[in-house]
Amino acid sequence: MFGFGILSGLIILPLVGAAFILVLRGEDESTLQNARWAALMTTVVVFLLSLVAWGRFDTSTSAFQLIESKAWFGSGIGYKLGVDGISMPFVLLTTFLMPFCILASWSSIQVRVKEYFVAFLVLESLMIGVFSALDLVLFYLFFEGGLIPMFLIIGIWGGKRRIYASLKFFLYTLLGSLLMLLAIMKMYGVAGTTDITVLLHTPFARSMQIWLWLAFFASFAVKMPMWPVHTWLPDAHVEAPTAGSVILAGILLKMGGYGFLRFSLPMFPEASHYFAPLVFALSVIAIVYTSLVALVQEDMKKLIAYSSVAHMGFVTMGIFTMTTQGVQGAVFLMISHGIVSGALFLCVGVIYDRMHTREISAYGGLVNRMPRYAVAFMVFTMANIGLPGTSGFVGEFLTMLAAFQVNTWVALIATLGTILAAAYALFLYRRVVFGALEKASLKTIMDLNAREIVTLAPLIALTLYYGVHPGPVLNASQATVDGVVKAVSLPAPTHTANLAGQ
Amino acid sequence: MYHLIVFLPLLGSLIAGVFRRQLGAHRAELVTTSLVGISALLSWVAFFHVGLGGGTTRVLVANWMTVGNLQIDWAFRIDTLTVVMFVVVNTVSTLVHVYSIGYMEEDPHRQRFFAYLSLFTFAMLMLVTADNLVQMFFGWEGVGLASYLLIGFWYERPSANAAAIKAFVVNRVGDFGFSLGIFLVFALTGSVAFDAVFAAAPGLVGKSFHAFGITGNALTITCLLLFMGAMGKSAQFLLHTWLPDAMEGPTPVSALIHAATMVTAGVVMVARLSPLFELAPHALNFVLIIGGTTAFFAATIGLVQNDIKRVIAYSTCSQLGYMFVALGCGAYGVAVFHLFTHAFFKALLFLGAGSVIHAMHHEQDMRKMGGLAGKIPMTFLMMTIGTLALTGFPLTAGYYSKDAIIEAAYVSHRPAALYGFLMTVIAAGLTSFYSWRLVFLTFFDVPRTVEGSTEPHDSNAHDEPIAGDQHSHAHGNAAADVHGHAHGHGHHHEPHESPNVMLIPLYVLAFGALFAGLIFKHFFIGTGAESFWKEALFFSPNNHVLEDMEHEVPFMIGFLPTIMMLLGFFVALYMYILAPGTAQRLAERNRPLYLFLLNKWYFDELYDFLFVRPAFWIGRLFWKGGDGMIIDGFGPDGVAAAVIGATGRVVKIQTGFVYHYAFAMMLGVAAFITWYLVGGIH
Repeated sequence: MFGFGILSGLIILPLVGAAFILVLRGEDESTLQNARWAALMTTVVVFLLSLVAWGRFDTSTSAFQLIESKAWFGSGIGYKLGVDGISMPFVLLTTFLMPFCILASWSSIQVRVKEYFVAFLVLESLMIGVFSALDLVLFYLFFEGGLIPMFLIIGIWGGKRRIYASLKFFLYTLLGSLLMLLAIMKMYGVAGTTDITVLLHTPFARSMQIWLWLAFFASFAVKMPMWPVHTWLPDAHVEAPTAGSVILAGILLKMGGYGFLRFSLPMFPEASHYFAPLVFALSVIAIVYTSLVALVQEDMKKLIAYSSVAHMGFVTMGIFTMTTQGVQGAVFLMISHGIVSGALFLCVGVIYDRMHTREISAYGGLVNRMPRYAVAFMVFTMANIGLPGTSGFVGEFLTMLAAFQVNTWVALIATLGTILAAAYALFLYRRVVFGALEKASLKTIMDLNAREIVTLAPLIALTLYYGVHPGPVLNASQATVDGVVKAVSLPAPTHTANLAGQ
Repeated sequence: MYHLIVFLPLLGSLIAGVFRRQLGAHRAELVTTSLVGISALLSWVAFFHVGLGGGTTRVLVANWMTVGNLQIDWAFRIDTLTVVMFVVVNTVSTLVHVYSIGYMEEDPHRQRFFAYLSLFTFAMLMLVTADNLVQMFFGWEGVGLASYLLIGFWYERPSANAAAIKAFVVNRVGDFGFSLGIFLVFALTGSVAFDAVFAAAPGLVGKSFHAFGITGNALTITCLLLFMGAMGKSAQFLLHTWLPDAMEGPTPVSALIHAATMVTAGVVMVARLSPLFELAPHALNFVLIIGGTTAFFAATIGLVQNDIKRVIAYSTCSQLGYMFVALGCGAYGVAVFHLFTHAFFKALLFLGAGSVIHAMHHEQDMRKMGGLAGKIPMTFLMMTIGTLALTGFPLTAGYYSKDAIIEAAYVSHRPAALYGFLMTVIAAGLTSFYSWRLVFLTFFDVPRTVEGSTEPHDSNAHDEPIAGDQHSHAHGNAAADVHGHAHGHGHHHEPHESPNVMLIPLYVLAFGALFAGLIFKHFFIGTGAESFWKEALFFSPNNHVLEDMEHEVPFMIGFLPTIMMLLGFFVALYMYILAPGTAQRLAERNRPLYLFLLNKWYFDELYDFLFVRPAFWIGRLFWKGGDGMIIDGFGPDGVAAAVIGATGRVVKIQTGFVYHYAFAMMLGVAAFITWYLVGGIH
C-alpha cells in the first residue's frame, strides 16, 4: 500500500493520528473528548496492525523479515526497516502498551490535552522506529528522537520538580548518545555503510571493537539504566505523569537492552567478552544496591523506579552471560518487566489520581475500600517479586540460571536480590494496602472504575498467562537469540585471523 | 484422576475468589469444601492404588518452558511418596475447610479465606507432585504466597502484617539456597527433571565443583544448598523465626499450613531427593545436626511460652527437627511416617486449641484460662488424645513414629547420629512436659479469667508477663478488637463448647492420632516397607538403618522414649497440679535462663540487629550518600545546577512557556546532529 510496507505503516499511523489531533480546533470538552478518542483509536489500530505483522512473522528463522528499504542519504545510508525475533516482541510490547497509556491519561490530563496526545503518538512512532530500524543512522535518529517527546511529557505535564527531572534525564542521555554518534561515524568510515545487516557481518579489529563497544555502552548503559548512571530514572519517574512512567519503564528502558543485543554483542563479540566482567559487576551492584535503596523509599514511584533498576540489572547480567538461557531470559524479562512495571505505575496512578500524592505514608488500609484494587496490586507485586507462576519469575530464573553457569558469584549476589525484592515490595504493599483505614482523607476513596478495570485486567491476564506459559515470547525470540549467541561465541582466533588477512 | 486431585482445589479457589459476591459466603464455603473433599476421596483411592500396586508413573500436563537445553514441564510424578502426601494434604485440608465453616462463622471475609485455603491446597499439591525441581519451586513459593496471605488474613492487625512479611522474607532466604541448588544441579547434570538428575547422580560421586571461591564435593554442595530451602520452609534452626510469628493467622491456618502440611515440605523435598542426599553423606550429617538442634532448641522454648498456639508452634518446629534427624540417618521412610502421623495429631492439637480459643472468645493466653475441662469436655478429650499421641503414649500414632526416629538415630553409624540421638531423647522429655503443661494450664485448676476469679493464683499468674512477652499482650488485645465486636454481645463470657461442624473434624483427626500408627506402621517402616515405597525412596547399598532397627535396638533403648515421656508428664503434674507455684519459683530462681527461653534464645533481636536494621541503614546510606551526594553531586547536579540557573534567568527575562524553549533546544540539537552527520559523511 502506497509503496510502504507494514512496518512503515506502523511508524506512520501514529503520526497520522497526531496530525488529526493537531487539526482539531477549539478547547471545549467535546473537542478534547474527540482528541482522546482519536488517540485511543489510533493506538488500537496500530496494535491491530502490529498483530497482522506478527501474523506474517516467521519465528523459525533468525533472519530479518518484513524488510523494506529505500535509498535516503545516498552512499550507504538508507531508510531500511525490518524485524527479527529480538525486535518483534518489543514492537508488539510498544503497540500493546500504548492504548493503556492513553486510557490512563483519559481524565488525569487536563491541560494541553491535545498536545499531550500528540506527544504520545509521536513517541509511539519513534519507539516503533527504534525497534524496526535496520540502518544505524535511522536507528540513531529514532533512538535520540524519542528523547524529545519524553522530555516534553515530563517537562510539561510532570510534577513539581519536572524541570529538574527533565534536564537530568536529558543531560544523562545526551552524554551517552553523543559518544554513540561518534562510534556510528567511525563504523561508517570502516564499513562504508550503516546498513545493520551488513554491519552484523563486518569484522572490526579488536582494538577498535573496544572503543566502539565503550561508546555504545555509554549510551545503552544510561538508557538501561545501569548503576551508577541510574539516578535520572527515579527523578524522571517521580515527575512524569502516569502514562509517561509506563512508557519510560515499559519501553524506553528496554532500548538499552535491545541495543546490547542488536549491536554490542553481535558486532563487537571480542569486546563483549572482554567487558563482560565489568557488566556483571555493575549488574550485581545494581541489583543489591538499588534493592536496598528501594527498601527505604518514601515515594511509591521512586520505589518502583529503583526496583526497575534492579530488574534491569538482571537483564544486563543475562545478556552478557552470552548463553541461550541468559539472553532468552533477558529478552523475556524485558517483556515481562514492560508489562509488570507498567502495570505497577498504572496502579500508582490509580490512587494518585484520587489523592494526588505519591507519599507512601499518606496511604494505608486501602483494601478496606478498594478490594479490587488490592487484588490487582497484589498480582503485580508478586510478579515484581518474581513469584513462580507470574511472568516475573521466568526471566529472572533464566538469567540467574545462566549466570550461575558462567560465574557462581554473580549468580549468588543476584539471587540475594530476590530476597531484598520480596522485602521492599511486600513492605510497600503492606504500608499502602493493608492495615486499618484510619486516615480521614481515605475514608471516601473509590474502588477501580470501569475504565481502570479495562486497563488492568488484560495486564493481569498476561502476567499470569506468561507465567505459566511463556512459550509465545520464548519461541518468538528463540531462533534469533540462538543466532546472536552463536555470533558472539565465534572463536576469537579465527576472527582476528580474518582481520589480519584483510 | 491425578489431574482432578490437583486441580479441583484450584478450581474451588478460583470460583470462591472470582464469584465471591455472587456466591455469598455459604455457597463459597460449600464449593471449596466439597471440591477439596472430592480431591481427598480420590487421594485415598490413589493411595491404595499406588501404595499397594503400581510403581512410579509420570503424567505430563504441559510444557512450561524450553530454552536451549533446559526443558521444564508441568508434570506429575506419581509414586508412593506423592500419594502419601496426597492423603495427608487433602485429608487435613478437607477437615480444616469443614472446621473453618464453624470457626470463621463471624468473619466478613469468609470467601477470601476459603479461596486462600484452597489455593494453598493446590500449591501444596503442585509441590508434592512435582516432576522436576522448578515445578517443585513453583509449589514451594506458591505455598509461601498462600501462607503469606493467610498469616496476614486479618490485615488490620499490624502484628499480622509484620508476621506475614517475615514469613515470606525468611522463606525467601531459604529459597535463595534452593534456587542456587537448582542452578547447580543444572550445571552438573544439564537437566532439572528428577528422572534425569537421579540417573546422573551416581556419576557425580566424588566429583568436585568450584563454586563461590571454594572447591568441594559437587553433590555435597548441591544438597546443602537445596537443604537450605528445606530449612526455611520447615522452620529449622536459624531459619525458624517466622513460624511462631505465623500464629498470627487464623487457627485453622496454623493447623493446615503451619503444622500438618506446608512446613513438612522440607521433609518431602529431602525424601524426594534421597537419590542425591544418599550419595552426599556429609550433607546428611549436616541435616542430622540441624534436625537434632531444632528438636531440642524448639522444645526448650516451648517449655515457657504462655500463648497456647505458640507452644504448639514450637512443638511443631521441634517435631520437624525429629523428621530431619530421621532423614539425616538415611531412614527416609521413618521421617515420612512421622510426617504422616504428626499431621493427624498436630492438626488435632491446633484445631483443638482453636476450639479452646473459640470457647474463650479469642483469648490465647493460657495464664488466663484454666478449669476448662468441665466446660468444654469434648475439646478437652480431643486435646488429651492429641497430647498422648504427641508425647508418644504407647500404641498411639506418635509412639510408633517418634520411637522409630530415636531408634534410627541410635543405630545409625553416622558421626552426628549420637548427637541426634541425645537431642531427640532429651526433647522427648521436654515435649511431654510442655504438652502436659499446656493441658494442665488450660483445662485443670480453676478459671483464671480476669472476671472469673480472685483466687490467689491470679496474682501469681500475672507476675509472669512482666518478664517481657509483649507479643501475647498485643495479640490478645488486637484479637479482641477484630472479633470482640461480633462476639462481645449476645454471649456471656462463659466458655462454650464448639459446634459440631468444628468438633467432627476433631473426631476424625483423633481417630488418626490414635490409630494411624498402628494401621500404617507395617507399610511405612515395617517389613512391608520395601514393597510399599518401591522406587519412591532411594537407599544406597550400604544403608542398613532399617534392618539395624529391627535387630540392633536394645530393649532399654526401645523403652527410653516412654520413660522420658513419663518423666515429663510427672514433672508437669508436680509443677502445675500437685505443687502449683513451683513454676514461678523456678522461673524466679533461674531468671536469666527463664528470660533466655521466654525470649526465644533472642534470635529475633539478633537478626534484627544483624540484618534488618543494617539493611535499612545501608539503604538510606546508598540513597542519600551514594545516589544523592556522590553520583548526583559529581554528575548531573553540578552540570544541571548551572543549566537550571541559566534557564531560570531566561524564563524570568522573557515571558512565555518553558516548554517552548525546551522544544526549540531539542529541535536545535536534532538539527545540529543531522547536519553534523550529513556533513561528516561528505
